[in-house]
Amino acid sequence: MSVVTNTTTIGAIELPSRRNTELLLLAFAVVIPIFAYANVGLSIHGKLPPGMLTYGLGLGVLAGLAHLVVRRYAKYADPLLLPIATLLNGLGLVIIYRLDQSERLQNLAKRQFGGFTESAPRQMMYTALALALFAVVLLVLKDHRVLQRFTYISMAASLVLLILPVVPGLGADVFGAKIWISVGGFSIQPGEFAKIVIAIFFAGYLMVKRDALALASRRFMGLYLPRGRDLGPILMIWAMSLLVLVFENDLGTSLLFFGMFVIMLYVATERTSWIVIGLLMSIGGAVVVGTTASHVKVRVTAWLDPFACYSKSGACEQVGQSIMSFGSGGVLGTGWGQGNSDLIGFAANSDFIFSTVGEELGLSGVMAFLLLYGLIIERGVRTALAARDPFGKLFAIGLSGAFSLQIFVVAGGVMGLIPLTGMTMPFLASGGSSVLANWVLIAILIRISDTARRPAPAPAPSPDSEMTQVVRPS
Amino acid sequence: MSELTLTVMRLGFLAVLWLFVIVAVQVIRSDLFGTRVTQRGSRRGGGAGGAPQQTGRQSAPPQQRQRRGAPTKLVVSEGTLTGTTVALSGQTITLGRAHDSTIVLDDDYASSRHARIYPDTDGQWIVEDLGSTNGTYLDRTRLTTPTPIPPGAPIRIGKTVIELRK
Repeated sequence: MSVVTNTTTIGAIELPSRRNTELLLLAFAVVIPIFAYANVGLSIHGKLPPGMLTYGLGLGVLAGLAHLVVRRYAKYADPLLLPIATLLNGLGLVIIYRLDQSERLQNLAKRQFGGFTESAPRQMMYTALALALFAVVLLVLKDHRVLQRFTYISMAASLVLLILPVVPGLGADVFGAKIWISVGGFSIQPGEFAKIVIAIFFAGYLMVKRDALALASRRFMGLYLPRGRDLGPILMIWAMSLLVLVFENDLGTSLLFFGMFVIMLYVATERTSWIVIGLLMSIGGAVVVGTTASHVKVRVTAWLDPFACYSKSGACEQVGQSIMSFGSGGVLGTGWGQGNSDLIGFAANSDFIFSTVGEELGLSGVMAFLLLYGLIIERGVRTALAARDPFGKLFAIGLSGAFSLQIFVVAGGVMGLIPLTGMTMPFLASGGSSVLANWVLIAILIRISDTARRPAPAPAPSPDSEMTQVVRPS
Repeated sequence: MSELTLTVMRLGFLAVLWLFVIVAVQVIRSDLFGTRVTQRGSRRGGGAGGAPQQTGRQSAPPQQRQRRGAPTKLVVSEGTLTGTTVALSGQTITLGRAHDSTIVLDDDYASSRHARIYPDTDGQWIVEDLGSTNGTYLDRTRLTTPTPIPPGAPIRIGKTVIELRK
C-alpha cells in the first residue's frame, strides 16, 4: 500500500470545558461585592462594616459550592452564566444592606408597620436557599428534554400559578397589585415561577405546531397572514394575559407572558407577521386596559407627567423620586452610601432598587449593570443557537426572552420610559421568589448549554467496514 | 472618612465593575470575532525565517501559483454523499471506507483505501487508484496508472461519482 501523506482529515475538535475560566471569573465576582460592602460601611459609618468576614465568606462558599456542582454535573456548561449571576446577586445584597442603613427608611417602617427589620439577612438566606435549589435542579435535571413530556401539564400548572393570587383567602393584596399569595407566614410571588413553567409549555407546543403556523399562510401586502384557526393559541394567550392584567392589576406579568409567547412564535416560525400581529394586539390591549382599569390608569398618569401630580399621588411621587435619583447620579454617581435614593420610600429595595444603582453608581454603573444582564441574555441566545434539539432551542430562547423582557419592563419603568409595572429586577431586588426563580432559570440555561456544548460520543466502529478488503494470497 | 478616600473608592469600584464586564466579554471573544484559524501545511511565499521548518516536510509540494481555470473544489454528484463539496487546497484527498479518509464512502463497492486525488508539481490534479477491488473509473475507462483529471470528467467509485469544478 502506498503511503498517503499530508492528508486533510475532518475531525471534531474537543471543546475546552472552560471550568477554570469560570472559577477565575467567579472569584472576581465574589471580590467585587465585598469591595462594595466595605465601601458602604466606610462611607456611612466611617469604619468597615461588621460581619464583613461572614458576608464575604458566605458568598464565597456559596459560589464555590455552585461551581463544584457545575464542574461535576454540567462540565461543558457556559462559563459566564454562573459568575455574572453571582455578581449581580452579591451586588443586590450590598444595595439592600445599604438601604437597611438608611435612617429615613427605618423611621418610615417604624411609622407604617410599627417596627423595622433588616432585609439583608433575610435576602442572604434566600440566596443560600436559591443556590441550593440551583444545585438540586442541576442534579435532578440530567437532560432538559425530559421537560418536553410535561408540555400540557406545565400549561395547567402555569395557569394555576397565575390564578392563585386571586383565590380568596390565599391571595394577598399588597398596594393594589394582587400578585402574592401568603402560605404559612411567607408571601410567595407565583408569577415568577410561572414564567419558567410556561416557557416549557410554549417550547413543547410550538415545537410540534411550528410547521402549521409557519407554512399554512396567505401572503397579503408583503406579510404572511396565518389562517384563522391558527390564530387560536395566540388569541388565547392574549386573553389570558389581559385577564391577569384586569384581575390582578399586574401589568408586568401580563406583558411578560404575551411578549414571551410572541418572541417564541417568531423564533419558531421565522415569520415577521407574528411580531406585527403581536405588537398590534398588545397596543390594543394596553390602550383598552389603560383607559378603563383604575390601578393601571394611576400608573399611566404617573408615567406621562410624574411632576404634575407629584404631591397628590404616591405613585407619581415614587416615579418622580426615582427619576430625580437617576438625574442626581450623573455620569459617575455619588458613590456607595452617599445618595438619597431612600427618599423613594418603602419600595426602594424592591421595585425601585435600580434607582439606587442610578444614583450611587451613576450612568456608568447603570450601563455596566445593563451590560451584565445583556451578557446573560446573550449567553442564553447563544445556547439556543448551539442547542441541537428544537425543544432546547425554543426553551432557551423563551427563558432568555422572558429575562430580557423583565429587565426592560423594570428598568424602563423606574427610568420613566414606560409605565411602572411592579416587577422585580432579577437578582437585585429584595424578595425570595424572584431570587429562587431566577437561579432556577440560570440552572436550566446551564443545563441546556452543557448539553449543547458536550462533544458527541465517538462513533462506534462499523462492523462491516473491512468487508471488501483485498485478500491476496502470499 | 476623608473626601479623597471616598472619591478614590467610588471611581475604583466603577473601574473594577467595568473590568469585570471587559473580562467577561474577552471570555466570549470567539463568539464576536470568530475563531482564529491558523494555517497548517506549507506556507506560500516563505520568507527567510521559515526555512528551517520547511526542511522537515518532504512530502508537501511547494505550492505553485494557482493556474488560471484550475478547479477549486471537488463535488460529489451521485451516490449517498451527493452535494458534498471539499475545497481543493493543494493537499491530498483520500477516498475510501476507512474512517480517516477525507471523504468517507458508505458504499459496498468501495474499498477501505480506494483512491486518492492529489496535485502534481505544477498544480495539475491527478487521480490514482490505490489497488481497489472494484476499480476507479475516469469517464468510462478503468484507471491503471495515476492519471491527470480533465476538467469536468466524472470519477466513478462504486455508486459514487465525483467531479472537479471551478
